[in-house]
Amino acid sequence: MSSPGIGANQREGTRRNGASDVFRKVGDGAVNVAVKEPGRFFALCLDTVRAMFVWPFQWREFIQQSWFIVSVTVIPTMLVAIPFGGILSLQVGGLIRQLGAQSFTGATAVVAIVREASPLVTSLLVAGAAGSAICADIGSRKIREEIDALEVLGINPLHRLVVPRMLACAFVALFLNGLVSVVGLVGGYTFNVLLQDGTPGAYLASFNAIAQLPDLVQAEIKAFVFGITAGLVAAYKGLNAKGGPKGVGDAVNQTVVITFMLLFLENFLITTLYFQFVPQKGM
Amino acid sequence: MGVEIRVEGLTKSFGRQTIWQDVSLTLPAGEINVLLGPSGTGKSVFLKSLVGLLKPDRGHIWIGDRDLPRLPEAQLYETRKLFGVLFQDGALFGSMNIYDNIAFPLREHTRKTEAEIRRIVLEKMDMVGLLGAEHKLPGEISGGMKKRAGLARALVLEPEILLVDEPDSGLDPVRTAYLNQLIVDLNAQINATFLIVTHDINTARTVPDNIGLLFRRELVMFGPREMLLSSEEPVVRQFLNARRVGPIGMSEEKDVSELEAEARMGHDPGKLPPIPPQLMPSDGRVRAGQHAPGAWCAANGVTPPPGSFIDDQGRNWVEEWPRYVAAMSGVPAGQGAPPPPPQGRPAPPAQPGTGAPPPPSAWPPPPTSPPPGGRH
Repeated sequence: MSSPGIGANQREGTRRNGASDVFRKVGDGAVNVAVKEPGRFFALCLDTVRAMFVWPFQWREFIQQSWFIVSVTVIPTMLVAIPFGGILSLQVGGLIRQLGAQSFTGATAVVAIVREASPLVTSLLVAGAAGSAICADIGSRKIREEIDALEVLGINPLHRLVVPRMLACAFVALFLNGLVSVVGLVGGYTFNVLLQDGTPGAYLASFNAIAQLPDLVQAEIKAFVFGITAGLVAAYKGLNAKGGPKGVGDAVNQTVVITFMLLFLENFLITTLYFQFVPQKGM
Repeated sequence: MGVEIRVEGLTKSFGRQTIWQDVSLTLPAGEINVLLGPSGTGKSVFLKSLVGLLKPDRGHIWIGDRDLPRLPEAQLYETRKLFGVLFQDGALFGSMNIYDNIAFPLREHTRKTEAEIRRIVLEKMDMVGLLGAEHKLPGEISGGMKKRAGLARALVLEPEILLVDEPDSGLDPVRTAYLNQLIVDLNAQINATFLIVTHDINTARTVPDNIGLLFRRELVMFGPREMLLSSEEPVVRQFLNARRVGPIGMSEEKDVSELEAEARMGHDPGKLPPIPPQLMPSDGRVRAGQHAPGAWCAANGVTPPPGSFIDDQGRNWVEEWPRYVAAMSGVPAGQGAPPPPPQGRPAPPAQPGTGAPPPPSAWPPPPTSPPPGGRH
């Protein structure tokens, strides 16, 4: 056994080396952000993928979570999609009219809404509304030691909680993407035809001229990937929440910020690959 | 039947902060063990390491022939089925009512019918005094009820190892006494290996077969209850007698100047208080893992503090024990002779002049049934 007072002397020593402590903490923090956190997140992703194939699949949890995500995202998604299509028509329609190409407004809707805006709006709402709720749910379970209790009872929380939530996010994102596309196009059509004196035939003809099935497929792939990302980030931050209720709040905040950043990065990568591998239709 | 847990050279740190290092101990099968230590010494971390929730930096945790920190995930989850864990706040699932919480392990890991599950759950709920609270949500019950519900959930799969994290925190002394009695009764009934992490000195003095003390990143001592209660080791002595005089300070440990000042002022750690008799099961049976009173002291040539092993009725349990065991050996479970009186309060501190123990009363006492609901 060590002699008494050693701990106290060590504490004194720590105080004297304040400057080196600061550098050490900064170094630790940098390594944590650059290496450890991404590494842990990647490990969680792999473990979750592995847990997806463990029988039995948690259908009840999956359906409950899907319903929950639908309930918190459908109305906001539509409310965002309608003005989005309108704004696009107003902005682009005015410009196109000046160029004398008003009949091509429908084509802009394909490019802007179906290919880009729809999966992004979907995923932002899935991440913002559903991801934050999932993170708060798992985070509060973590600080109440429910996750530990699950593990002690021999139940893998990734299999029980994370897999159904992640797949529910992706599943709902697929349908929300279709909803946003339709609502956005209807909004754009309405604005173009009713307010900008566009003709229905020209709108639909230019739409058909540039639209192709792979546009929708890549949008659905984006929505699926974004949904998976939102679910995984929310689960990761929730499972690593610490420090009581404030820790859960911080985790939710970080979930939204990190998910948004990842979504835009993934969007860029998928769009680049899409243009690289899928030939585009000409006018 | 419980299983032995053998811990060898266990070390755990969070970042640069070492929580404890080189901890080695053996929790004997079927015995009740208590782990003590000042706040922040890593008792709960140790408990979570034992069940594999935290991975130690070094060392082994042998459960039978399985080294827990090195088990693949699938085997780890399988091994955890040997454990029942009562977390500090019960860790009940907030979305389920109390009944479903307790039924959860049965529904997950067994193929029992709902009728069987209901019978087992109600039996456990009755055991912890929660009948009637089946439909309440965890948010609607008190801290003590949450703990008891957590205990019932930990028991439904009949674990071979039961880990209990601060069963007494936030409970009033009466409920703590009931819970202590329940722990002893459970041990007698299921014969599992128990590890209780606690701050409660009275629990530590009367409930366990073995005591361990963590302090300053080390396991200071681990051994039979009598060994620690008669120890002159300053940390052990200070902690088990809840004194201010000793190496443990308000924040962590006292520094050298504080200890020197204490020595200059002539602070006397005082005499060791008597070792109280151990809490017995409600039905008076002798537990399989129970040590005879005074056996360790006799085997090691240690003279226990004056007045040790004497109960409230003045009986000296070192002398009474052989007759008691003989009297109990033919008695079926639940029909025992009266157990020793309650040990739910601390033994009186040693007073000057406390010399020879009072003579034991007549034995055997007239047979009476223990009152329902425990002896306290």
